[in-house]
Amino acid sequence: MINVFKRFLNRFFKDLFQEKGQVKLGLYGPPNGGKTTLANKICMDWLGEEMGRASKIAHETREVQIKEQITIKRDKKELTFSLVDTPGIATKIDYEEFIKAGMKSTEAKGRAKEATKGVIDAIKWLDDMDAVIVVLDGTKDPYTQVNITIIGNLEARKIPVLLVANKSDLKKFDLKHVQAAFPQYDVIGISAKLGNSLNELYEKLFELRKKALKRK
Amino acid sequence: MLTLQYVPYTDIERLTSEARVEHLLTIVKEEKIILLEGKLRAEEEAVLIKRTMEEISASFKGIEISPLDVGSKHDQAFFQRLKTMLYDFLLGNRRGLTIIGPATIVKEIRKDPDKIQLLTQDVKHKRKR
Repeated sequence: MINVFKRFLNRFFKDLFQEKGQVKLGLYGPPNGGKTTLANKICMDWLGEEMGRASKIAHETREVQIKEQITIKRDKKELTFSLVDTPGIATKIDYEEFIKAGMKSTEAKGRAKEATKGVIDAIKWLDDMDAVIVVLDGTKDPYTQVNITIIGNLEARKIPVLLVANKSDLKKFDLKHVQAAFPQYDVIGISAKLGNSLNELYEKLFELRKKALKRK
Repeated sequence: MLTLQYVPYTDIERLTSEARVEHLLTIVKEEKIILLEGKLRAEEEAVLIKRTMEEISASFKGIEISPLDVGSKHDQAFFQRLKTMLYDFLLGNRRGLTIIGPATIVKEIRKDPDKIQLLTQDVKHKRKR
């Protein structure tokens, strides 16, 4: 009974003080696309602190992470949002891949178990998003089912989407290939690691917020 | 031995999304590769991924899935698109083909985007290890 009352009070005060027009911006994509690297870069640029740990081994982010009250300021414009970094979505998880990457068997199995929960959580969170940046690895084949399923689900839920092809600092990066795979979307090529083209991304976030507020 | 199981659209037509996913997942967990007539909806694909993650174990490592469109809507002329929409409305989403296989057998499905290449795992080699 006390818990129910506490939850009611929390929700009441949250609704009362939450800035009108603030959006929940999700980062979605396959594992190792660079979602956390991008989240860290955004948080460092506008909050001065990182969001989470990024790694070369897939499924480093296994829990949904949130940073609230990020404010981007550009040419007298301001945009405040909550950034939600989600675990990479995959159709398969093999603990042996983690062993190949140098982990011990128990650790690898634990990581695989957590990674499966992470994928489930990322899918569950889809309904809570106001807008989404889909972070794709611009060095890899964009025609994967995970990419298509994520974008298809956002389309079905009418959630505004911005497509980002990450890793423009690498030789294999091919922006045109990603653009050809998703011709109905604007695709920005960035390097989250080096911060290349992030100004263009920040500019696009203002447009994305407009679409998100229209949908609200 | 590789087993391919054809699943006609009529088999899943009257099922709910959850029941469709359960039906397909049961077949895949029997180490069979499904050739499904038609496509799942985006939301059903998400449910399939979610349910797959819940089933992951040492012996079941997930799935590979790839639908093959017959004439993507974006490439079609206006009247052809209208015809396709009407066809979908009357007959459900039964155009095209979807391949779903267990990840222990299917290593990768490459789409190009009008042909599908199915790369299988070296099962003998895997079992020896």
